[in-house]
Amino acid sequence: MENNILELQYAMDTFYFLVMGALVMWMAAGFSMLEAGLVRSKSTTEILTKNIALYAIACTAYLVIGYEIMYDGGIFLKDIALDGAKDADGMVAAVLKESTEAGFGGDAVYSNASDFFFQVVFVATAMSIVSGAVAERMKLWAFLLFAVVMTAFIYPMEGAWTWGGKSVFGLFNLGDADEKAGLMGFGFSDFAGSGIVHMAGAAAALAGVLLLGARKGKYGADGKINPIQGANLPLATLGTFILWMGWFGFNGGSVLKLGDIANSNSVAMVFLNTNAAAAGGTIVALLVARLMFGKADLTMALNGALAGLVAITAEPSTPTPLMATIIGGIGGLIVVFSILFFDKIKIDDPVGAISVHGVVGFWGLMAVPLTNTGATFVGQLVGAATIFIWVFFASLIVWFIIKMIMGIRVSEEEEYEGVDIGECGMEAYPEFTNK
Amino acid sequence: MKLVTAIIKPFKLDDVREALSEIGVAGVTVTEVKGFGRQKGHTELYRGAEYVVDFLPKVKIEAAVSGDIVDQVIEAISKAANTGKIGDGKIFVSNIEQTIRIRTGETGPEAL
Repeated sequence: MENNILELQYAMDTFYFLVMGALVMWMAAGFSMLEAGLVRSKSTTEILTKNIALYAIACTAYLVIGYEIMYDGGIFLKDIALDGAKDADGMVAAVLKESTEAGFGGDAVYSNASDFFFQVVFVATAMSIVSGAVAERMKLWAFLLFAVVMTAFIYPMEGAWTWGGKSVFGLFNLGDADEKAGLMGFGFSDFAGSGIVHMAGAAAALAGVLLLGARKGKYGADGKINPIQGANLPLATLGTFILWMGWFGFNGGSVLKLGDIANSNSVAMVFLNTNAAAAGGTIVALLVARLMFGKADLTMALNGALAGLVAITAEPSTPTPLMATIIGGIGGLIVVFSILFFDKIKIDDPVGAISVHGVVGFWGLMAVPLTNTGATFVGQLVGAATIFIWVFFASLIVWFIIKMIMGIRVSEEEEYEGVDIGECGMEAYPEFTNK
Repeated sequence: MKLVTAIIKPFKLDDVREALSEIGVAGVTVTEVKGFGRQKGHTELYRGAEYVVDFLPKVKIEAAVSGDIVDQVIEAISKAANTGKIGDGKIFVSNIEQTIRIRTGETGPEAL
């Protein structure tokens, strides 16, 4: 009888992981629509191609080697179907043994395949952050080449040091200390990845943008900033709502277990707080834009919602609903000023990705000790610095190598004509031209 | 034969079209255009960056008509397109050297 309950719990927790993973996969559609809406029509096909291609590359690279680097999951996911057992019965017996040892209220026991599925969609999310920042002027294939390295190696390495629990090059642990090995720990806490996923993606994006340069005509003489308006705000809004919904999977799934009262309640709190933070971010960003610009700025409101979501991602379970709203709201405040700041220093980020995911990702990490006594500000700083330094410099080197091999920027003529024609040979909105 | 070109406010298109039908103008060509005259634009902000909205959307109507009804055409368009506010537009009249109906090959005033 007890075994049946454990099997049901395994089934429930596995199912939960799969459905949450599917929700995070849906965020790929969100990113695609958001970015397509905020670039010009002549760059739309290319950015959509980048989005679907990077998703496929992330899934494949992580399957081949990334999951092995991060979690020792097996190159090409070797033996994942039966998790090392000789046959299905052996697998069931091994699971029941593990479940019995963990106990009903212990760590979740779920299918390893579902674990991979849940993890891989996070890799894709981190990578897709880069595509918006480099939009409209980067060579498509240079970007995809970078995507291979980022998803196969750069992200899995810092993932290994954080969620994977491994030491950072044998120097120290970001999580718990390891007295036997003489490694100090910092108690770094990042629930669903404000730093591990979002700030990391932004670090890779920043490295790329620095080597890439701004779009032609974006910055003028005497510090003039020229707006380059998005071609399809309905798509941008749709994308934001899709991301908002997908984020329930992103944060909710990171509870890692559903099948008992404590964890179910935790999941419910995570959904509630995630939603509250997004709402807080939207409201604050909209108000700040209204106060600063005199009119409502839809694109800032959209960025504000996402900023709220990023901010709460590091710790969505311990805050009170009010606190979650405030954390998200502060994210919305930060994001508006960050977007304006990057333009002031001539770092061109067409969708505000570096601000939303990087700057606010850092805020998300630093907000954790406010509601989670297990984390410290020092620990969070060390974790943030480790992730940022690794991803930024590793990415910088890779971007530089790609630049030397094949160049990363399209020609001035191609940029003028539009990367849709230059890189993809097809327009996104052909009926609106003269043919 | 005269080509009457009118630049008008977009929402006045239906009124002008009806007025032209009433006086027997058989066909028109309509284009969406942007422009400005003495009605200047204004500035807006996109993500904090200022830009000038110089060009305002207008509609261009072209009608090839016989010389003897030009004055009626001008009056019809003027009355239908007028709002009394700045930006109402302009009408230009130019000469047409030749007109051909593609389907039948007719030329001259019969082709109008």
